Amino acid sequence: MDLTFTAGQEAFRVEARAWLEAHVPSEPLPSFDTPNGFDAHRHWEHTLYADRWSVVSWPTEYGGRDVGIMEWLVFEEEYYRARAPKRVSQNGIFLLAPTMLEYGTDEQKARFLPPMASGEEIWCQGWSEPDAGSDLAGIRSRAVRNPTGDGWVLSGQKTWASRGAFAEWCFGIFRTDPDAERHRGLTYFLIAMDSPGVTVRPIPQIDGETGFAEIFFDNVEVPDAQVLGDVGAGWSVAMATAGSERGLSLRSPARYTEAADRLIDLFHERGKPPSSSDAVAQAHMDAEAYQLHTYWTATKVSQGHAVGPEASCNKIFWSETDVAIHDAALDLLGTEAELLESGSPGEWLDGYLFSLAGPIYAGTNEIQRNVVAERLLGLPRSRA
Amino acid sequence: MNFSFSQEQIELRQAVRAVLDAECPVAALRAFDGAAPEQRATLSRARWQVLADLGAPGLLVPEAAGGLGLNDVDLVGIFEEAGWAALPEPLVETAGLAAPVLSTLLPAPAAVATLEALLTKHATIAVGGIDVGGDVIGATAGGLSSPSTVSADGLLRTPRVVGARDASAILLACQDPDSGWQLHAVPAAACTVDPTPALSTTRDLSTVHWPLSADTLLAYGVAAEAVVQLIADRAAAASAAFLIGLADRMITLAADYAKERQQFGQPIGSFQAVKHLLANARVKLEFARPATYRAAWSLATAQTTVSHDASMAKAMASDAADLAALVALQVHGAIGYTWECDLHFFMKHTWALSRSWGDAAVHRQLVLAQV
Repeated sequence: MDLTFTAGQEAFRVEARAWLEAHVPSEPLPSFDTPNGFDAHRHWEHTLYADRWSVVSWPTEYGGRDVGIMEWLVFEEEYYRARAPKRVSQNGIFLLAPTMLEYGTDEQKARFLPPMASGEEIWCQGWSEPDAGSDLAGIRSRAVRNPTGDGWVLSGQKTWASRGAFAEWCFGIFRTDPDAERHRGLTYFLIAMDSPGVTVRPIPQIDGETGFAEIFFDNVEVPDAQVLGDVGAGWSVAMATAGSERGLSLRSPARYTEAADRLIDLFHERGKPPSSSDAVAQAHMDAEAYQLHTYWTATKVSQGHAVGPEASCNKIFWSETDVAIHDAALDLLGTEAELLESGSPGEWLDGYLFSLAGPIYAGTNEIQRNVVAERLLGLPRSRA
Repeated sequence: MNFSFSQEQIELRQAVRAVLDAECPVAALRAFDGAAPEQRATLSRARWQVLADLGAPGLLVPEAAGGLGLNDVDLVGIFEEAGWAALPEPLVETAGLAAPVLSTLLPAPAAVATLEALLTKHATIAVGGIDVGGDVIGATAGGLSSPSTVSADGLLRTPRVVGARDASAILLACQDPDSGWQLHAVPAAACTVDPTPALSTTRDLSTVHWPLSADTLLAYGVAAEAVVQLIADRAAAASAAFLIGLADRMITLAADYAKERQQFGQPIGSFQAVKHLLANARVKLEFARPATYRAAWSLATAQTTVSHDASMAKAMASDAADLAALVALQVHGAIGYTWECDLHFFMKHTWALSRSWGDAAVHRQLVLAQV
């Protein structure tokens, strides 16, 4: 056991810190769920990509630096420390890319990964449907073989697609065999959002911005080259993506340790009110515990072990820690918490609203608790 | 960055698990519970001998001083196993506190004699006279105080000492308003040990009456204060590991029961209400564990953050074990409320230990004071 980073990893940290200090915009960018903000964030992704900082853990041929998971964690720590912009490309680079690297063909990787890394093509996720949320295997959007040639014809409706209002591409699962058992007969598709028959209806979120969208598919033609993994294997491919979403790639611990550090600053600025001390201490500890747990998991991964159902513990913990950190901050702000302002109070309010989605997306925390109970504790599956 | 245990560490822990499965099953706790004091002492000595044969008590003592020369990362898994078994003997006090502290105080004569008893006579060592808590915010660093008081007969009286009944010596601290802390290693023969009735039969609590003597002195003043702080940090970290083991055991007992117990024609573990209780306990345990391992590493490598790290481990492990106890009882239902069910041995040890050496609330404040 050695909880220090190697000299090489620390050198990588110094390099990342220097680059970020020189390049992170001094003023926060407008929200990426607005048209201007989306463009500004896309531009930032390109700036990262130009110096090979957008996807450090990817193979160099796709725009990365081919560094290990520990270096990736170091980069994330520096990224959040620098208060760099949110990643508008996160659905692609953090969720789809790990799945594509595992299941994609060489042609798919060469076609899709570089523009994903540069921000030229932003991806949204087409999973949930109006009648299939927690019960994801209940999706009804379907794909049938194209009677006039190769490929598939997609129809149906997806919803709650984050970045769906502005994205160029969508990854989604569709039912290709209506007669198969419901976890089988699903296939994972990559769909251009400008394909004929795709209609996007943005949905204003709780903060008024169009962070997600409904997507309608009306006989959308998709070539065979845009099937990820095997036809009929969509569920297992999707679960690889879900593992990334719940596990450590979507939510690196730096996000929480950085927020907890700001919370402690706020606690001191506000005169260390005793009524908040318990919540502030707990927020600090939970963020640090998540960081330590991630180092633990990353060590396992780097030793060649797989991340198992512990990923569901992760998702519960980071999402609820995020809410708790921001809730503690709003308590410290007291009657100022409701003010829509630029600067510190407004940031905490934005962060709070953002955090509230965490226990819902990527499989609600109730579903995660079922997974923990069934797969970590061996309890019987519910009969319902 | 390598946050994992070595193969040797894993094997040592497995060896301790095997020994405790054989020597400290719940049947042994029950036998211990109903036994007269002499019988208890005999049972304890036999069990301790097996642990001593593995080298556990002197694991942290340098090889030059006759120990194994290993460190806290080697030891933390053993404490976890002791918690899993609700081991009644003072392993935390002897192996986690007395052994390393006495090693740093060599060649003080009192330290030499006590350490020799620990290593060669397979004696247990108790520790008392340090409270963590009280007025944490703004009070003495570390929130430490001594409950030791001077009696009318001139002896010192130290309440709530763990493991004193069968110990060969007791590390005892006291505090004087003028001269500060003193730490002594007092042979059991010089002490009067009054057993204190307490809830958990797997924890042996006593009030110890002892004479203040230069012969037993290990450290005083500023030096003693530093040693007392180290004992408190070590106690927090070791107790955290023990609590992790207790939590794991209680969650396992409850999950096993939920798979067996049928209601409405199905195992109660198939109901989401039961699943989610257990999942909550499991998640809390999952994240208390790396915090506990980190505290062990910080002790082993003398990090400047050791007090922070030990307090964080104790806060998280206390909360995790307290939640595991409540959840396990609820999942068991009425049977869990009986003497017949094994659960109470682990719950009672948890309730006592989660509040010993500072409870979760105290350690949260100690953490906050250090960030």
